[in-house]
Amino acid sequence: MKVAILGMGSVGKGLMQVINERDLGLVVTAVADSRSAIMDRDGISIDEVLGAKRLRGYCGDTSLSAMDVVTKGTYDVLVEVTPTNALTGEPGLSHILAALDRGRHVVTSNKGPIAREYERLRRCAAEKGVLLRYEATVGGAIPIIHTLEQGLAGNRVLAIFGVLNGTCNYILCRMAAEGLSYEQALLEAREMGYAEADPTYDVRGIDPAIKLVILANTFLKKPVQLEDVEVTGIDMLTNDALRLAEEQDCTIRLIAEAIPDRGILRVAPRLLPLSHPLVVDGTLNAITIETDMAGEITLIGKGAGSVETASAIIGDLLYIRDFHERSHKKTS
Amino acid sequence: MKLEMRDAPGQLVAALRPISEVGGNIIAVIHQRDEKATKGDTLSVQIVLELPDQRLSDLVRLIREQGVNIQRIGHERLLYEKTVIVIGHLIHTDLGDTVDRIDRTGFAEVTGLNICMPAITQVSSARLVVRAVNKQDMEQAMDILRRVSKEKKFLLVEPLEEIE
Repeated sequence: MKVAILGMGSVGKGLMQVINERDLGLVVTAVADSRSAIMDRDGISIDEVLGAKRLRGYCGDTSLSAMDVVTKGTYDVLVEVTPTNALTGEPGLSHILAALDRGRHVVTSNKGPIAREYERLRRCAAEKGVLLRYEATVGGAIPIIHTLEQGLAGNRVLAIFGVLNGTCNYILCRMAAEGLSYEQALLEAREMGYAEADPTYDVRGIDPAIKLVILANTFLKKPVQLEDVEVTGIDMLTNDALRLAEEQDCTIRLIAEAIPDRGILRVAPRLLPLSHPLVVDGTLNAITIETDMAGEITLIGKGAGSVETASAIIGDLLYIRDFHERSHKKTS
Repeated sequence: MKLEMRDAPGQLVAALRPISEVGGNIIAVIHQRDEKATKGDTLSVQIVLELPDQRLSDLVRLIREQGVNIQRIGHERLLYEKTVIVIGHLIHTDLGDTVDRIDRTGFAEVTGLNICMPAITQVSSARLVVRAVNKQDMEQAMDILRRVSKEKKFLLVEPLEEIE
């Protein structure tokens, strides 16, 4: 199966390394970064592209763009892993729409387009009879979308609760464990490389809210938007508050919550018993799903990282490969 | 509640039947035979029970119809408890008023308060224990707290509860 990869950040590079090292039946026929692109219908050398990127700072021919790859490249699946823009979803949104329009499957880790335009993208994919997979947008390595769509197929989801932001979880853990102030813990998270230079999206709860929208759109009948989520961040929390919680064998975590029957879509710091399954350490993510048949299921795993995200993307690619092979057998 | 009835066969059953009729749940029946001496052929029984909201007056009527005398009705206990954490300028926004908004509802009250005040310019953090008679009342009390928090710019940290 032929794969085109847009984006050569840590996710794109991690994915290319994994494809290079493992015999997964995947051939990379095109790669693009923000400045250049390279295409070869018979497959490009991943080692050479990674080397060129390391040496020059860009991967291929500067007269070619990512959009050239999408519209002219030879591929079965487009992997869209460019940086996310939560407000417009661009440039990822245009890439994904153009690929779907060409009747190509799409796999993405890009939260912006999925959170902003899920309904439109889903319809477009359905019309063209192709798949749109986005496992890597939520919970890093945790296979939450597969769990909801395949593992729990036929179940009615009664509620989802999740720790969906590793940066916030790290800050809260450090405040509780060491009695650090919020500012000190944030500074430490930055030094550790867990927090962005501008941590607003994380600490104000916007990042987990975007992920909640993606989860809700996966299992709800009615599409929801970021504006439908009631969001409270962790930036007002004090270490006194964490201590008061610990005196009662509880702690505080930033929880994203969707309860469809009660119309609840909320991200807010919440009190939880220390023994609660969602009380996870450091930058881990955790998601509890409550359904009518399966009862309660909790998944815990690494919420970020280059290889971890590659794992989620590979899962989607191999799911599509199986689908692709089946549909090809049918037609031939 | 403490009941007084004739010491005759079937009397205790007759006194207890109304409890199940109003949907109540008997937690304990304390049968005090030694009090018999005080009033000839009568018998005192103490019952601890849980009742659905607003059914106490029905129960009292039904028990009395059985010819049973109710000597004493104990306190209704506030069964639902929730702990929340509130962060903000709690003192300068009138902590008394914040607590009173819950207490004056009559159906819920603040039964515990721990507060940390690091410095006059910094925000305080407090742990509040709220009690209410039933779940609906608790939800209303929480709504009041959410409103007050919005109004006084507090961060309200609510417990995460599993759905039923």
